[in-house]
Amino acid sequence: MKKRDVFFASIAILFFWQISALIVDRNILPSPILVIEVFFKELFNGKMLEHAAASLWRVMAGMFLSVALAAPVGLILGQSKKLNRFFSPVIYLLYPIPKVVLVPIVLLFLGIGDLPKIVIIFMILFFQILVLVRDQATALPMELIQSVQSLGAGRRALFRFVYLPASLPAILTALRQSVGTAVAVLYIAELFATQRGLGYYIYFNGSTLFDYPAMYAGVLAMSLLGLGLYFTVDWFERRLCKWQFAE
Amino acid sequence: MMITLQKLNFSYPNTSPVFQNFDWQVQRGERWALLGPSGCGKTTLLYILAGLRFPTTGKLLIDGEKITRPRPQSGLILQEYGLLPWATVRENVELGLRVRGFYGADGIHAPRGETPVNLDVLPLLKELRLDALTDKYPSQISGGQRQRTAIARTLILNPDLLLMDEPFSSLDALTRADLQNLTLKLCNEKNLTLIMVTHAIEEAAIMGNKILLLGNPPNIEPVIINNPNVEKEGYRDSQAYTELCQDLRQRMEKA
Repeated sequence: MKKRDVFFASIAILFFWQISALIVDRNILPSPILVIEVFFKELFNGKMLEHAAASLWRVMAGMFLSVALAAPVGLILGQSKKLNRFFSPVIYLLYPIPKVVLVPIVLLFLGIGDLPKIVIIFMILFFQILVLVRDQATALPMELIQSVQSLGAGRRALFRFVYLPASLPAILTALRQSVGTAVAVLYIAELFATQRGLGYYIYFNGSTLFDYPAMYAGVLAMSLLGLGLYFTVDWFERRLCKWQFAE
Repeated sequence: MMITLQKLNFSYPNTSPVFQNFDWQVQRGERWALLGPSGCGKTTLLYILAGLRFPTTGKLLIDGEKITRPRPQSGLILQEYGLLPWATVRENVELGLRVRGFYGADGIHAPRGETPVNLDVLPLLKELRLDALTDKYPSQISGGQRQRTAIARTLILNPDLLLMDEPFSSLDALTRADLQNLTLKLCNEKNLTLIMVTHAIEEAAIMGNKILLLGNPPNIEPVIINNPNVEKEGYRDSQAYTELCQDLRQRMEKA
């Protein structure tokens, strides 16, 4: 994707928003100019930065935890047919469950604070990464493994030189695919049992203070959070998995 | 003696044996083609020599030692998919050296007492005409270039035995001939013992100064055809070559 095209697309979206705001002409749809103004005011003078930081921390911690746990488990399952046969029915059942329905249960058990939010994000990303890494490891051609074995590699070297680099694109693809869902579910989770986070900020400004421009600024912040994470993962993918983009 | 097989028995689980009391010997510096139809066990035999499969019973010695895992002085080259897709040509060629650096000279994964490895792969890349492709990924180069990379990756480890499993069968005729000549040249220069599996009669006749013909399992008595003419100038266009091909074809049809 060209940067210039992305820039023009953003302009087009803002333009469409502005036109809609003019047509609707009510306070529930403020113009983008007003929202952006409030966005910066809230970010630097208001409380939004604090809320955004709370949300960002929850997503990052969830991402880090899920990569740290799901990648090794995926690699082990991908290498061992026996273990995979044993666990794959469990994964098969748990993987498609929309994790958002588990939000009330997690909140019930873990109560207030950051932990339940991090756990929810972790659950979404964990299965995605696990499944992709496992399938990637299983899909490695036998010839590749055997060639590297014939160069002297035992189990540890195979892990270091074959399985680990092979799992990297799977991890990044999984993150890229599910980071949007993670932010969406974080929004839901932040509606309950917390007074920090962009989800709370959006809800509080919209439903309690009726400060619609501030609410929109929160929506904008949460969108940018999702976008930023997506672009970051994308950037890492391009840098670390150059071979997939080579022509 | 480089390789000694004594009373080798091999069978896959729940199938009839592929090899039964099979004896075979390979002298240092010989070039063997293992020829036979699919399912005859030629690839199985190569994998046993490579230490990736193990005889059910019987003895296999290479250079006087029992094979319990891939031997560090043996190089294995497969038909396809042997290169790391995420590594460049140079990184792929360096892989074996890095594996050795990873374990050190422990005598298991790398020859014992070998001095620290020389990481400069460029001279060898030049020799194999890969120096313009060092930063390309396997998906960006041709099949012939990929196989030259695989050969370079093996040769950088100074092997004494080269095991090849149909290495050129997916290449076009000209590239195949080019790589066959290159392999012969390298075997002579570096005094390598070669064992190449092939299903192509012509390739067996060109590559092997000895040919081991395998048939429908079980293989019991080795069928060995000597091919002394292969060293002669202009052999590819000679009468001897054509006759050998005919002979091999008849033997394969009979079997």
